[in-house]
Order: sequence, then structure tokens, then C-alpha cells
Amino acid sequence: MSEPLLTIDDLRVSYRTGRGDVDAVRGVSLEVRAGEVTALVGESGSGKSTVAQSTIGLLASNGRIAGGSIRLNERREGVTDLVGLSERRWRGLRGRCIALIPQDPGNSLNPVATIGASVGEALRIHGWRDQAKVRARVLELLEQVEIDDPATRAKQYPHELSGGMRQRVLIAAALALEPELIIADEPTSALDVTVQRTVLDLLDRLREQSGTGLLLITHDLAVAADRADALVVMRGGTVQEAGPAASVLAAPAADYTRALLADAPSLTRVVEREPVVVAAGERPLVEVAGLRQEFRRGAGREPLVAVDDVSFAVARGTTHAIVGESGSGKTTTGRAIAAFGHATAGAIRVGDVDVTGLRSARDRRAFRRSTQLVYQNPYGSLDPRQSIERVLEEPLRNFGIGSKADRAGRVAQVLEQVALAPEIAQRSPRELSGGQRQRVAIARALILQPELVVFDEAVSALDVTVQAQILRLLARLQAELGLTYVFISHDLAVVRQIADTVSVLQRGRQVEHGAVAQVFDAPQHDYTKQLLAAIPGSSLREERP
Amino acid sequence: MSAVVTRTAPSPWRALLRPGTLIPAIVLLVAIAWAVAPGLFTGISPTASVGPSLQAPSAEHWFGTDSTGRDVFARVIHGASQSISGALIAVLVGLVVGTTIGVAAGATGGLVEEALMRVVDVLLAIPSLLLSLSVVILLGFGTTNAAIAVGITSIAVFARLARSQVVGVRVSEYVEAAYGSGGTALGVLWRHILPNSLTPVIALAALQLGSAILQISTLGFLGYGAPPPTPEWGLLIAEGRNYVATAWWLTVLPGVVVVLVVLATNRLSQAIRGGEAA
Repeated sequence: MSEPLLTIDDLRVSYRTGRGDVDAVRGVSLEVRAGEVTALVGESGSGKSTVAQSTIGLLASNGRIAGGSIRLNERREGVTDLVGLSERRWRGLRGRCIALIPQDPGNSLNPVATIGASVGEALRIHGWRDQAKVRARVLELLEQVEIDDPATRAKQYPHELSGGMRQRVLIAAALALEPELIIADEPTSALDVTVQRTVLDLLDRLREQSGTGLLLITHDLAVAADRADALVVMRGGTVQEAGPAASVLAAPAADYTRALLADAPSLTRVVEREPVVVAAGERPLVEVAGLRQEFRRGAGREPLVAVDDVSFAVARGTTHAIVGESGSGKTTTGRAIAAFGHATAGAIRVGDVDVTGLRSARDRRAFRRSTQLVYQNPYGSLDPRQSIERVLEEPLRNFGIGSKADRAGRVAQVLEQVALAPEIAQRSPRELSGGQRQRVAIARALILQPELVVFDEAVSALDVTVQAQILRLLARLQAELGLTYVFISHDLAVVRQIADTVSVLQRGRQVEHGAVAQVFDAPQHDYTKQLLAAIPGSSLREERP
Repeated sequence: MSAVVTRTAPSPWRALLRPGTLIPAIVLLVAIAWAVAPGLFTGISPTASVGPSLQAPSAEHWFGTDSTGRDVFARVIHGASQSISGALIAVLVGLVVGTTIGVAAGATGGLVEEALMRVVDVLLAIPSLLLSLSVVILLGFGTTNAAIAVGITSIAVFARLARSQVVGVRVSEYVEAAYGSGGTALGVLWRHILPNSLTPVIALAALQLGSAILQISTLGFLGYGAPPPTPEWGLLIAEGRNYVATAWWLTVLPGVVVVLVVLATNRLSQAIRGGEAA
């Protein structure tokens, strides 16, 4: 066979830090063939983004390629070794031969440049002088990535576009000069599942049309399974396993690949959970009836209706999931249940407390003993200046529970419940990993022995293996302590495994609700069907029933 | 695994040993030592005539002598206590009053915030020298009154910084989580909001120390501060002004001391701020 488009051979990259050199990539080899997709899969910190940055010559200033070679089989100049290329040569290659689709569509476009200017920038850099031609090409590109009304969009600014739209603009900018190789660094991890699907479909189609090679970097094995021809699994800077995607997934050789497969909620069952039997006629713990939440948008504008007529009930000891895409009102609903909002209309009852009727700060405080909220971002929800022990005993101090010694005992006990070592108590949040932090956040919620815990996307920010551990922890705690959960998530694969009942929200309206098995196996509403179809990994699920 | 690096905060003592921090720290320590125990550094009285007038710097009189034959170096050393204690009072007034206003505004929000911040805007609108001159005229002359006047001019800056910090921290998730675990408004303010918002305010206080010395010297120079023959730095320079052409040391050498101290506080303030960012 001919020389592949991109060959990375035994690449080593190290970063210079205050505490000596850190080897982020240690001997990675991979290939990308023209017109094919190679997926680079790994968790955060595995060095996959470093490989991408080395390939386009945009390593951070303290990074250094310590060894190995990166060869690009370029159509104009033949095989070029990219290691040690001068900045001048790089400028000629970037955009024309290699293009990057960055990770975060929110920050990757210049906020003061129009969409048209951003897309056309690569053309201008590479010597297009004729303004009319640049404009025509920009419109053609925007049309190619299926942006409706390109002429209008080209004059708009990034803040006027949705996340999915911005990601398409970034793809258009990457395609501008028809590069031979596109590096897509987590191109869809910030997007909703349905948008993720359309963006990936788009990339697939463009690749088939133009014969471009794609290096797809992702943490999601299911996405890789659906899209990739070849698969490279990385961990800790080394390649664990590489080969054709189908054979790697069908018969994984490395333990780590097997662990990833076993922990991906969209591919396998990661949580074993006994279905909860609810006695007939028992009064549900939570009842939400006709909840409506409006937000004022300033004088002269209609208020924004975030939640519109949502009703459901949650039986004691069960998990109710609220699913939907961003902007569907699922977080607003969850916060209203935890008494963090002022509902415009409707009623929420938790136990014997009328939550919407809690007006004074004192009543709300008292309510917190029975209902706790766990946040999405484990990096933002712990005070960086407190030790874990202080974080955990704070709820006890707030309610004047126990003596000093009692509290220390409770802290130790709750740390054990969430499977953290007792030494963790003396650390500061900065010294913990994301998964450990989320365990601490869960422990803080549990220390008051609440009846109801609301999880707001509590596992979305975590790597799959950590996510699987947390999900198992939640299932175990529910069984042991008889807790009731309200679980807010955009990830239907997770919801299917952990929830008993589910509400599907679309733009603030509840389009469907009921038992998980019923809603997921026989969806009635189109939107639910769309969400279910968009779960990645479908190719693999069909093969492995 | 070598890719995993345990994160430890760099020791604050090591940061202190960098020359960029060490030299300003030494300059400030010397100035403070002058203020606390001037007798250790010079045996000469700051107000007595000790030699012929207008002598150039020499081994005997390091900064020369002034028009009435007083030793300028002794006057600078004794002046430190006037200038530095004045600056400390000024910063304290600004820090306490300004931070209180800022935190109160940031933590309560709504009408209270609007009212407080509009008062601060008025303070900010008046040129600081004009404001401090007016306050001195109201309170009467003297180093302490000049210091209070200078302090009042810095209230607005402290209030605005403190408010912006508090507003930023107040909307963070861990503050909401603290309310969620049953915290009262005061408890959350004390345990979470204040510790996480005051580092830049302390850095500003160090920065203001330098500019307060400068402002107090300005007031002294204009004759609104300590009355002669008190050895205050601004006054020293003012007295030497008539001899700039023939006896440069009367203005230049005390001026250099003021510049060094102000620069030192400036550098230290940056070190505090840098330490916070890391």
C-alpha cells in the first residue's frame, strides 16, 4: 500500500514545569490514511490532545518534542517531516494541508469578528486577494456545512449563534482550503447529543466527498466505535492498543480497552440495580404539579419561560430522571425542587413540606436538612480555601449537630460511605482529582442524612471509568440508605441504567414521562425518539446484543 | 507514573527569597526600623544645628546639612516615623471604611448596593488632591489629620475593588452550595465570601501604602501636613526647594528615599498578587 497520509512514529513529548520535566507522551505511533478516520481515544490526561497539538505544531510554549517523527505525505511537496519544522514552513502548511477543529466552540471564534471574516481568514492568510472570491468561497463553505441562509449568517457575530452552529462554522473554517488532514479535538463534547450526531454526520459526509483524512480525538469510545476505521487507545501517554476499529472493539486485547468498554454506559450495563418495589397506594415523596418558571428579561420584553407546566411524582426510594438538551429547563426544575428558585406558578411538595410555599430564609434553611443538591462541576462546588474536613463538617455546624468529636466521627463515617480514604479529610480540594471531588460533594450532601438528593448533571464532567464508579456508588448508597434521587442528565444512556422513572423535557415542556423501560423501549413522542437515536455507539450495540 | 505530578503549593518562603521580592522587603524593613527606633541609626538630633549650613554630603553628614545647619540624614531618619505612621493610618482608614462599604454593597445587592456605590462614585469624581486638601482644612493641620484626609481619598478605590470581588465570589457554586448545606447569610459571608475575595484587597493596601506616603509628602510639601520644624519627608523637600540650584542634596536625597520606599511597596504588592494567582 502507498504511504499513509500521516504517520506518527514513536512520538515523545515532554513539558517543562516548575518541578522538572513531565513526559506527557511516551512513544506513540499511529497512522491516518486518506479518506479514513483514525480515532484517538483516552481519558483526560492521557496525552491525546498533546499528540494533536504536536501534529499541527501548536504545542504549548513549555512543551517539546523529545523524540520520534511525524511525517505528512503532502500532495504538493511529498513526504515532509513535521518535527523541527521552521515556523515559516508551518505557516505554509497549517490551514492548507493540516487543519484543526478545536474543542470548545464557545471560545474558539473571535467574538469581535463576523462569522464570514472568521471563515475567510485562512483564505486571506494563504494569499487570496480578491474580496469577491473570498466572499463567494465563504458562502459556499457555510452552505457546505449546512448553515441555513449563509449570506445573513456571514454577517452575524459568534454570540448570535448556538453552540452547534458555531461548531459548524469552525468546521467550515477548517475546510476552507481543502486540507488533506483534519484534526478534530473533541469536536462534539460540548454539544447536545442530537447536535453531536448531526455534526459527526456532516464530518463523515465531507470526508467521503473530499477524501480528507481525519484524526478524531475523543474520550467517548462509543463515538469512536460509530465513526472510526482505525482505533488507538491511549492512557498515561502510551498506546494501550491500536488496530482496525472493528477488531479492537470486537476482541479487545488490552485490559484498559476492556475496562473502557465495560464502563461506557452507552455500550454496556455499568450499574447493577435492584428494581425498587413501590407499595401501591403509598404517598410519593415528591410531587411536582403544574410547575412554571419565568425569568424576567428586562423592560419591554416578554419574560423567558424556562419551565412550562411540568408535573411528575417520585416514589420514596426510587430515582426519577429529568432528561433534555441544554435550555430544556431540566436544571431549573431540579433547582426548584431543591428550593433554589422561586417558582412562578405550580406546586412542589417534598415529604410534608410545600416547597413553593417556603418564603422565609429560615424555612428554606430547615428544608435543606431533608433535601440536598449536588452540582455538575466538582471543581466549582467546593471552596478552594477549605480542607475537605471543613467542607464536610460545615453542614453539621450550620445546624448545630453534635459536638466537635461527634462531627469528626460523622466525617470519617461519610468518607467511608463514599469510599474515600480517611486521610483525604486533611487535604484541600486542589489536591483531589475530579472523581474524588465529586465524591466529596456527594458526601457533603449525605452527611445531613437527607431523604432526597437532587443531582444536577453530577456525572457529566467525569471520565467514563470514574463516571461508572460514581454511578455504582450512587446505586449502592440508594440501596443502603433508602435515598430518593432526582437525577438531571442529558445522557440517556446513563439515565436508562440508574433511573426508575423519567421525564423528557423539550424547551421547558414535558413531552413524555413514565417508567424508564416504557419510555425508552416504546417512545411515543418524536423528540424522545430523536434523543434515543442520537446516543452514540449504536453500531456496536447492534453487533453485541 | 511520571505523567502524574503531585501538586504542591510552592512554599511562600521560597518566593520571598527571590531578589525581586527580597530587595523591596529589605528597603521597607529598613524604613520601618527608622520609624520605630531612629536612635539606632543616628545619634544626631533632627532639630539641632550641628555644623555650618548648606554643606555638601560628606562622611560626617551623609546627606549634607540644610540652611540652618541641621543634619539632613538625621532628619530623613526621624521623618520616617512621621511619614510611615501617617501612611499606615491613611491605608487603615481606606481599607477599613472602603472594604466595609464594598463588602456590604456586594453582599446585600439591590437598593443598598445602588445607594452605597453611588456615594462611592461621588467620592471618585472629586480629584483626590482637592478632596484631601478640603478634608485637611475641615479637620485642621497636622500629620494625623493629613493622613486621615489621604485615607478618605482611597475609600472609593477599596470599596469598588472589594465589591467587585465579593460579587464575583457570591455567584460561585461553592457559595450556593454553602447556602444549600444550611448556611446563614452571615455565616457564608464570613466563612466563604470574605476569605476568597480579600487577597486582592490586601494587595491593594500594600500598593496604597506607597501612594499614601507620596500623598502625605505632597500635603507636607504644600504646607498642609506637619508644621516645621517637624522632620517630615514632604516638608524636608519643600524646605530644600529654595536651594535646588546650589544645594541639590536637600531635595534629591530625601526624594530618592521616598521613591525607593514607594517602589518597594509597589513591588511587594505585586508579589502578593502574583502569589494569589499561582
